[in-house]
Amino acid sequence: MKIFLFLLRYIHTIIMANKLLLLGDEAIALGALDAGLSGIYAYPGTPSTEITEYVQNSETAKEKNIHCSWSTNEKTAMEAALGMSYAGKRAMVCMKHVGLNVAADPFINSAITGANGGLIVVSADDPSMHSSQNEQDSRFYGKFAMVPILEPSNQQEAYDMVRYGFDFSEKYQIPVLLRITTRMAHSRSGVVRGECREQNTLHLPTDLRQFVLLPAIARKRYIKLLESHQRFIEESETSQFNMYHEGPDKSMGILVAGIALNYLMENFPDRVVPYPFLKIGQYPMPRQMVEKLVEECDEVLILEEGYPVIEELIRGYIPGKKKIRGRFDGTIPRTGELNPNILAVALGLPNTKGLSIPDLMVGRPPQLCSGCPHIDSYLALNEVLEALPKGRVFSDIGCYTLGALKPYEAINSCVDMGASITMAKGAADAGFVPSVAVIGDSTFTHSGITGLLDAVNDKSPVTVIILDNATTAMTGGQDSAGTGRIEGICKGVGVEEAHIRVIRPLKKYHAENVIIMREELNYNGVSVIIPRRECIVSVDKRMRIKFKTKQ
Amino acid sequence: MKKDIILAGVGGQGIISIASVIGYAALQEKMFLKQSEVHGMSVRGGDVMSNLRISHHEIASDLIPFGQADLIISVEPLESLRYLEYLSPDTGWLVTNLTPFNNMQHYPDIEKVMAEINKLPRHVALDADKLAKEAGSAKSANIVILGAASPFLGLPFEKFEDAIRFIFRSKEKSVIEKNLEALKLGRDFADKNI
Repeated sequence: MKIFLFLLRYIHTIIMANKLLLLGDEAIALGALDAGLSGIYAYPGTPSTEITEYVQNSETAKEKNIHCSWSTNEKTAMEAALGMSYAGKRAMVCMKHVGLNVAADPFINSAITGANGGLIVVSADDPSMHSSQNEQDSRFYGKFAMVPILEPSNQQEAYDMVRYGFDFSEKYQIPVLLRITTRMAHSRSGVVRGECREQNTLHLPTDLRQFVLLPAIARKRYIKLLESHQRFIEESETSQFNMYHEGPDKSMGILVAGIALNYLMENFPDRVVPYPFLKIGQYPMPRQMVEKLVEECDEVLILEEGYPVIEELIRGYIPGKKKIRGRFDGTIPRTGELNPNILAVALGLPNTKGLSIPDLMVGRPPQLCSGCPHIDSYLALNEVLEALPKGRVFSDIGCYTLGALKPYEAINSCVDMGASITMAKGAADAGFVPSVAVIGDSTFTHSGITGLLDAVNDKSPVTVIILDNATTAMTGGQDSAGTGRIEGICKGVGVEEAHIRVIRPLKKYHAENVIIMREELNYNGVSVIIPRRECIVSVDKRMRIKFKTKQ
Repeated sequence: MKKDIILAGVGGQGIISIASVIGYAALQEKMFLKQSEVHGMSVRGGDVMSNLRISHHEIASDLIPFGQADLIISVEPLESLRYLEYLSPDTGWLVTNLTPFNNMQHYPDIEKVMAEINKLPRHVALDADKLAKEAGSAKSANIVILGAASPFLGLPFEKFEDAIRFIFRSKEKSVIEKNLEALKLGRDFADKNI
């Protein structure tokens, strides 16, 4: 993958003189670099990871000393970005949609404090759950926080929106949410660059109490936010990203947001839509434009990727019994991402069909790599637990979640980052002993440490297995925040040193590992087992680089 | 000219490299391009696919509509059948490797998989792993498949050779030559068997 990105970077610089071939994620990153970014903060998460990686691999970013190392989690990332904004510089924070749940506290409050230097929060949604636990829609968070939202329909807009978003953020002293979905993040297309802007100089907010959310100040700030909201709507009415297209056939009007626009246009080969349609790329919704569409047309079809956010909102706008079609009435499926065929059916156009898939087809689920250290850990754990009733292993989010599948079937939960330890503790509190947690090193530092402290404080009989492969493997091998310090952290939190056991997850140590696991499972208190062996993919990558430099 | 291509395989088999060679060749011809990729969980040995669209006119959708793909290029036989609903029933070609990648609990009977492939009116099926070894580079099965798909891509064969020379230009000369040979062996097979 890395090699491919590297190659492509050559491809666009050399072949397309002024047009770059970029993933949506890369367009956002380059947009930020060209718009005077001073720091990007993020925790890796599909489909947002490539934004930060692009900045990390950028020579320009290195020369300009732009901050781009990974944060421990989305909350620390959001807060650090807010601090950079406080100091007057332009900051971006990137996460996958569920990361915004982790960052929700600072995110919502950043709308009250407001920004100083431009602040953009990128949240990448994953409708159809290609690589996620749910398909929540980040636009709800934007609306909840009452901040403006930008939603690109193509890679060029993704690039352009970043500059616009930073300017907007500084003009109104407000963080801006940039919402993308998987197809936008991971699809490549041509992008024309704009001019490069210098970074901001350090400058503090004019009111040094702006960021002090004591009730008396927060109340004033909240009123200011509500007042600004009216300005945001006015901006949406005239935004270059919201366009009203006239159409002769008024039997239907279409409200189309983000990448759904591409699927709409795909259904009209000459790119002429006979119906009036309103393309939305900036929220809050441009009320007057929506009213025009509703008044002009007999019914309204709403095309949006994700939850029926606009659809729900529009029902409040529309007087009388005008028909609204979308995800609620079944015109569009209630779940999953959109595609050109779903839109064809919704538009009443002939649907296209290919050949049928033969009955012999079976799924090919992802699995742990051959040689993966987690395999040895699970084999040992399964052996230890064999004699006990099943269902006592709480796990977490990472490659090791694949241990839920055959042939291991070794874990019984995967909920949110860090939940393994706390759920094991809760189950132990309920009298379910032994109770086991399995968590990766990166997930442990992301959100597991506080849960471990809870367990230590309550002397809960839990065994926490921290699979330490020294990387954030699932998202492609990014740095892990606690590499080399996992035992130290556990000790610092208060786990007894005698019950912090480091093992080598290798076949030849299997018998020994089973004994150690059994001992700790029998211990009536908090114990931590750290199976430590580098991720096999990381080893492979490292060896290849080593071989290359030797040559 | 417009070509809608589905690339299929198993995570790690190099379908993105095929896309980058076609992409380079298309860009040289000043074509538009949209390519949707798979990242994240599924690349861990799961099924992966990529939508690649090249056209002299601007492209709207990042995803190919069902029944519209001109071509399915697959580096694995079972995977070649997974995306048949995208293939044009009237004009679509399927180009696939015959070497199965079996990392599953229950891989279907390979004879039955072959029978399904042979049912298709327009297909090229070849043992790309074997031809890659003949070319001196076992890793280049994906390039063999690209060679076999090259007659259906609407671009002159030399453009793919140029793309390989460019994309592998930081490698040793022998690597480039082996890949050019792999490309040619795939092409020769297709020319003889269409």
